[in-house]
Amino acid sequence: MTATPAKAPEPATSPAPGPAPTSPTAKAPHGHRRLLTRRDRVTLGLMAGVPTILHVALVWLTALASIALAFTTWDGIGFDSITWVGLQNFRELFTSNPQFWPAVEHNVIWFVVLILLPTPFGLFLAVQLDKKIRFSRVYQTAFFLPVVMSLAVIGFVWQLIYNPDTGLINSLIGANKPGHYIDWIGDPDLNLWAILIAASWRHAGYMMILYLAGLKSVDPALREASALDGASEWQTFKNVVFPTLRPTNTVVLVVTIIEALRAFDLVFVFNKGAQGTELLSILVTNNIIGESSRIGYGSAIAVVLLVISLAVIIPYLIATFRKERRA
Amino acid sequence: MHDLSPSGFSLPAPSRRTLLRGMGGAALLGAGIPLLSACGGSGSSADPKTVSLGSNSSDAVPKKAFAEIYAAFTKKSGIKVDVNTKDHNTFQEQINSYLQGTPDDVFTWFAGYRMQFFASKKLATPIDDVWQKIGGNFPEAMQKLSKGEDGKYYFVPLYTYPWAVFYRKSVFDQHGYKVPTTWDDFVALCKRMQKDGLVPIAFGDKDAWPAMGTFDQINFRTNGYDFHVELMAGKASWTDPKVRKVFDHWSEILPYHQEGAVGRTWQDAAQTLVAKKAGMYLLGTFVGQQFTDKADLDDLDFFAFPEIDPQFGQDTVEAPTDGFMLSKAPKNRAGAAKLLEYLGTPEAEQIYLKADSSVVAASTKADTSSYTALQKKSFEMISGAKSLTQFMDRDSRPDFTSTVMQPALQNFVRNPKNVDSILSSIERQKKTIFASS
Repeated sequence: MTATPAKAPEPATSPAPGPAPTSPTAKAPHGHRRLLTRRDRVTLGLMAGVPTILHVALVWLTALASIALAFTTWDGIGFDSITWVGLQNFRELFTSNPQFWPAVEHNVIWFVVLILLPTPFGLFLAVQLDKKIRFSRVYQTAFFLPVVMSLAVIGFVWQLIYNPDTGLINSLIGANKPGHYIDWIGDPDLNLWAILIAASWRHAGYMMILYLAGLKSVDPALREASALDGASEWQTFKNVVFPTLRPTNTVVLVVTIIEALRAFDLVFVFNKGAQGTELLSILVTNNIIGESSRIGYGSAIAVVLLVISLAVIIPYLIATFRKERRA
Repeated sequence: MHDLSPSGFSLPAPSRRTLLRGMGGAALLGAGIPLLSACGGSGSSADPKTVSLGSNSSDAVPKKAFAEIYAAFTKKSGIKVDVNTKDHNTFQEQINSYLQGTPDDVFTWFAGYRMQFFASKKLATPIDDVWQKIGGNFPEAMQKLSKGEDGKYYFVPLYTYPWAVFYRKSVFDQHGYKVPTTWDDFVALCKRMQKDGLVPIAFGDKDAWPAMGTFDQINFRTNGYDFHVELMAGKASWTDPKVRKVFDHWSEILPYHQEGAVGRTWQDAAQTLVAKKAGMYLLGTFVGQQFTDKADLDDLDFFAFPEIDPQFGQDTVEAPTDGFMLSKAPKNRAGAAKLLEYLGTPEAEQIYLKADSSVVAASTKADTSSYTALQKKSFEMISGAKSLTQFMDRDSRPDFTSTVMQPALQNFVRNPKNVDSILSSIERQKKTIFASS
C-alpha cells in the first residue's frame, strides 16, 4: 500500500517538456484519480498472475494429468506410446500386485503408531517443560533437534544403529552371529517397527513443540481457579488444561495424518521399501522413476494415495468451515 | 540451444562442410549432411571440433580412466571430447528423459536388452559404419551383443567382467578343499564348510540385485542359454516346471547361504569373505574392490559356477558389458563416429584397463600382458564361453526386473517354501508388463 504515495511524483514529472515515451501514465492526472498507476497494476498483475499460472501448471495440471495417466499405460517415451487401458491398472493393483495391500496396511500402521505413541509422549514432554523446570531450554532443544534434521539424515543415523552385522544394537547384544542373528533391516516382522521407532523419535519432538505453543495459550487463571478448588495436578490437566487444547489437538491430528501419508524418505534410505516396509509413496516412486518406467501404473497408485488423502481432508475441511460459519 | 556453442560462431558454414568432407568417409558424409540441413540454421553452428559425451562413470577410478582415453583421442584426432558426468544411479534413472531431450552425441550405456530397448524406440543411431572398421577387434559373442533387434549395430563395447564363485586360496589350502565342478561336489563342499565353522556362501541382497545373479547362474546351468533368453524376453512362463527346478536347486543350497541376506549390502557380505569367515561368494569380479589389502587381493581366486546339467556344462558365462552408444540426433555425427571408432580399438581398452584392474577388455585384440592373475582368468573364461549373458536386469525389461523380480526374489530368499505362489504371482505380473508397449 505504501507504493502509491511513493509512486505519486512519477505522473507529475512525466508530462514535462520533451518526448517521454517511457511514461505510459502521462494521462493519469487528467482523468479521474486512480489509486494505482498502470505500472502498479502491471506489477500487481504479474505478482498475482505468475504464481497463479505456476500453481495451476505445476500443481493442478500435473495432478489432473496424473489422474488421466492412471487409466493408461505409458513408458514415458514420446506421447504416441500412451495407450488407454481403462481400469486395468487398478484391477491389477488390487488383485495381482503382491506389494500393494501391504503398502496400504503399513501406511495405516504408520498413522496408528504415530498417534498412539509419540503424540502422547510429545504432550507429556510439553506439559513437563511447561512447568518451567530447570534447564527446560536444554531439554526443549534436545527433543526438538531430530525435527530440524532431514529425514534422510535420520535414516543414515539409524542405519548405523540397526545394521545387523556392524550396527550398535547387534554388536552390543552379540546378535550378529549365525544361530542368534537379528535382522533388523531384512526381517519383515521387525523392520517396520524398527523404522517406526526412528520416525517416532522425530515425531515426538515435533508434537512437543506444537503442544508447548498450545499450552502457552492456556489462561493461567484457569489453573489457579482449579488449584483453589483443590483439584490435583492430574485432575487439573484432565478437566481444565486438556479441553482447552482442543484446537491444538486438531492441528496435531491433521499433521500426523499427513506425516503418515507422506512417509517416504526414512524408509527409502533404510531399505528402499523392500520386504515388510512397503509404503504407497515408495511404490509410486519405484514405478515411475527409472530407465523404462511404468508411468500409468505408478500414476494409478498415486491416485489411490490421493483418494485416501481426500477422504481424510474433506471431512476435516467441512468440519472447519461449519465451525467458522457458526462463529 | 546449439547456437551457444562457443567457437561455432567463428566458423563460416562452408568451411565446416569442407572440413566434414575431409574428415568423414563417403558413408559418414551421407549421414552428416541431411542432419545438418535438418537442424536448419542452428546446424551450422555446431562445433566440428568437439564431441559431447554423457557419462555415468561418476566413481573416481573409472572417471579418471575414461578421461585418459578421451585425452588420448583428442591428441590423436584433434577433436575435443566434452564430457558431462552424472552420478551413476541418477544417470540411469533419468536416461529416459535424457535421451528424449537434447542428449550428448555419445553416451555410456550397457549391452543387451537395455541397449536394444532404446534402439527400438529410435532413441539411438545405428553405427554399422563404425563397426565396419572395428568389427575385427571383437569376438563373435561381443558382436552379437552389440546389435539391436533389427540386426544393426548400436553399441561399442569397452570392458566386461564375469560373474563367478569367489574364494580365498589360503582358506581352501588350509582345509584341503577342492574346487567343485559338479553340483553334488558343490553341495558337499558347502556341508563341509559349515562343519568347519565357516559360512559356506556369503550373501547380501539388500540392494535386491545380487539374488538375480544367483538365479541366472542356476538357471542357465539347469536349462541352458536359450531358455535364459526366452525367459528374460517374457516368452517362457515362470510357472514352467523348468523354472521350478531352478528354485528347487536354489532351495537346496539356500541353507548354506549367509543368514539375514535381505538386510545386508553386497559390500558387507564381501567383508565376510575378506575376513575369512565365509568360504565362497557368488558375485562379479568387482568383489575385488572390497579387498583393500594387496596380500588379501592376491589370495582371491574364483571358479565358474558348477555344472548342473551335463548337456549345458559350463558353457555360458554371465558377463555384463559396458560401452557406448550414439544418441538419436548427434550434433557432430562425423566426430562422434571417429570417437566411437577409437573407443573400439584395443588401444583405448588398454588405457582403461591400466587404471581399472577389476574388469577385462571386451576386445580379444587388447594386450593382456599387464593383466593381473584374476584378470587373465576372467579373460580366458569370457573368451572361452559359448554364450554370454548380461544379467537379469540387462537381459530383460528393467521395469519388470525392478518392480516384480527384485521383491519376488527377496521374498523367496526369506521364505523359500512360498515358491509356488511367488512364481504364479511373477507370471501374472509379467503378462501385463510385457503386454504393455
